[in-house]
Amino acid sequence: MIPDSAIPDDVAALIDVKQYEEVAEFPVERGYFWSSCASVENGNPLFWDDAVADAVTGGPIAPPTTLSLWIRPHHWSPGHAGERLALRVHFDLKERFDLPEAVMSDNTMIFHEPVRPGDVISHAQFLRSVTDEKTTRLGTGRFWVIDVEYRNQRDELVGVESYTGFGYRRAAP
Amino acid sequence: MTSLGDVQPGQALPPLSYDVTATTVVLGAIASRDWRPMHHDHAFAVERNGTKDIFLNTPNQAAWFERYVTDWTGPRGRLGRMTFRMKGSVFPGDTMVLAGRVRTVTVDDAGCRWAELDVNLSVDDITKTECAVRVALPTSPDDNPWVRRGDRWRP
Repeated sequence: MIPDSAIPDDVAALIDVKQYEEVAEFPVERGYFWSSCASVENGNPLFWDDAVADAVTGGPIAPPTTLSLWIRPHHWSPGHAGERLALRVHFDLKERFDLPEAVMSDNTMIFHEPVRPGDVISHAQFLRSVTDEKTTRLGTGRFWVIDVEYRNQRDELVGVESYTGFGYRRAAP
Repeated sequence: MTSLGDVQPGQALPPLSYDVTATTVVLGAIASRDWRPMHHDHAFAVERNGTKDIFLNTPNQAAWFERYVTDWTGPRGRLGRMTFRMKGSVFPGDTMVLAGRVRTVTVDDAGCRWAELDVNLSVDDITKTECAVRVALPTSPDDNPWVRRGDRWRP
């Protein structure tokens, strides 16, 4: 008998498979550079002073940690009903394992070619691993690792992110 | 901004203290296009996530770490890699403190100088997020890590 917490074959078959390869819905724009910097009071002149950006990075670039911003869908757009989700592999796993809640615990970002205004970023998601059932202070569920590769319109790698998520069901009070 | 020529292992980065408000959390979520309700909806965060309030989202924590590190390096510091583990959430009303220390300074085979940093985000002296950062620093006043591409950039 297979224990309830074992990884089902259909999920195991998805490990290291490229999923949800998509192109961003809008080109990289500077307004988000400033919104991101404003949210953390980042005064790095690379993002505020074009003369510095010209001298150091050959023109404006996006704050590196905005990597995931460019591929997040609009909350709503014509032809789509309901909330649209980023990192869909994460939400697929929540649904597959019937785990209503989830949080992210670990995140790794690796930065390659700088992202520049006008770039069109594409991405693909890869499920790397899923654990058996674990119990934490949040509840009982599973950890999983999802990698996301980001490329620009020249197919240059601009970054890789790795997320560790924990999907869980809260313990009964 | 530090003088990058004399960066040494063990060197401490200046701490950063910031009073987090609901606006901090919501601004960070919206700036990163993260529409998930636990970052703007108090009732959802409490009733669904089981947390005491809305909390900083992952991309915004990354942005805080970026700001903290590049406040220290200045604009010619170039982030190569950032890994962080969130051990607890950061809520409105918290005073978060970021503190960091240089773990190693090395020069890779391509001639790029790297500082490996350990950065800690804490609230009331309790670690909320541990972050390891690999950041490229100029080797001389004429060096600029941002011009490195291909095999000369090894983050």
